[in-house]
Amino acid sequence: MNGQKGIASRRAFVAGLAGAGALGLTGNLRQALAGPVGGTAELGLAEIPDGALAEQYLYALPGKLPLIKKTYRPPNFETPLGYFRTPITPNKAFFVRWHLAGIPQVQAKDWSLSVAGDAAGNVAPFTLAELKKNFKQAEVTAVCQCSGNRRGLFEPHVPGVEWGVGAMGNAVWRGVRLRDVLAKAGVKKEALEVVFDGADHPPLAKTPDFVKSLPVDVAMSEDVLIAFEMNGQPLPHWNGFPARLVVPGWTGTYWVKQLASIKVVSSPEKNFWMSTAYRLPRGRFKTPTFSSQLYAANEPITTMVVNSLVTSLKSGQQVARGKPISVKGIAWDSGSGIDRVEISSDTGASWQRAALGKDLGKYSFREFSLDLPGRESGAMVVMARATSRSGETQVPELIHNPAGYHHNVIQRLYLEIA
Amino acid sequence: MRKLAMILVPAFSLCAAAGAFAQESKVVLKDAPGRDKTMQCIACHSVDYIQMNSRFLDKAGWTASINKMVNVFGAPIPKEDVETIADYLAQHYGKSAPK
Repeated sequence: MNGQKGIASRRAFVAGLAGAGALGLTGNLRQALAGPVGGTAELGLAEIPDGALAEQYLYALPGKLPLIKKTYRPPNFETPLGYFRTPITPNKAFFVRWHLAGIPQVQAKDWSLSVAGDAAGNVAPFTLAELKKNFKQAEVTAVCQCSGNRRGLFEPHVPGVEWGVGAMGNAVWRGVRLRDVLAKAGVKKEALEVVFDGADHPPLAKTPDFVKSLPVDVAMSEDVLIAFEMNGQPLPHWNGFPARLVVPGWTGTYWVKQLASIKVVSSPEKNFWMSTAYRLPRGRFKTPTFSSQLYAANEPITTMVVNSLVTSLKSGQQVARGKPISVKGIAWDSGSGIDRVEISSDTGASWQRAALGKDLGKYSFREFSLDLPGRESGAMVVMARATSRSGETQVPELIHNPAGYHHNVIQRLYLEIA
Repeated sequence: MRKLAMILVPAFSLCAAAGAFAQESKVVLKDAPGRDKTMQCIACHSVDYIQMNSRFLDKAGWTASINKMVNVFGAPIPKEDVETIADYLAQHYGKSAPK
């Protein structure tokens, strides 16, 4: 039903644009019609809440480029679409997401990382210099995407940070392997989960501190890093300086920033951020289960679902008659890699494979492009659909869930050929 | 009001320490009865969280959000203020609120 309504309103929007064109609009009015900052209707998706749209604009945090301000405190800032036209997201444009307003300015010389817990051996805390010197360094190119990216597009809307499409980024992360650091401490056979805490803290003592855990087998996998560099530079303050967890394939909630403490434990972590937040109705998605954290009704979110984003077109855009239409964008999944991205220009009746760009690694954004042949006058709908190597495909209709996670609905971009 | 001021002082000193959030004072809630009580929210977060979550919640939805803040996050909002804040939010940032 929502889909139908969406189509009708977009048709009205396209019709409105045609009328405006006939009247010969001034530049300013055209700008206004291009839509507000960070709107998602112009991407051929449902629109974020109108109150959110009215309150967001570009604002530069210290050391960052102007990003889409969602909230100031704690800071939640989204990456504008333009930065997704390259497969690596610049550090200064990388999205910012914090749960709690107490974010210290950590100095590298003061920082240390403790490893403890009832299922770990004894080891002294590591300084940053020790971490860099005593362990083999490793690199991975991986997408960090907030679990709630595109939450604002949920119909009906659900409360939370009303993200558009930009609560994500792709970077080359460099650090040391978590498993090497854990091995230094010693992991006992009863280890069940590994628990991570950052230096950030709540403004009130009563508010649950942001603490996350991973299954021990995931924590011990070779791709999980304690990263101190992003795209060849130290991590920006807003992205977790001096070190953060990088869990390729898993949603951003597990990528704990300003990492300060690690505990290897033999029982499930029970804090609010594990047992109540970041949960999905049990079995609604075909993502891996976090077996030590299952409840009857729900389970933690784990890995990302396959998704794509068209970056070369805007819904409602006018395209010159007879001119090829360039469809470009990026696709990603949880780490099987992208098998194909298909484009439809007949509302999904037929699909054509786009060319894939350079493979930067199975956890990375993968570029795609296809030139559609020029058209005669009229309206057309362009859709893009990514499929992973594991056979997972983007969905035509939203899979609703109360906290607004895993939005990977296929875009429907309306173009007017004139 | 004195009680409110005591809550606000630590919040603002935190902003000052962070040095980045002075901008948030530009986010202004609609001037109407109930706004003063609603401003207690800034003990923990900027009020753009309210505009961002509008306009799609009804009074029950806003009440659930306030109760989550109190019961889960420990917000020091007196019980007797919950109804006033929920009314204010529903009326000005609720499902059927005017733009």
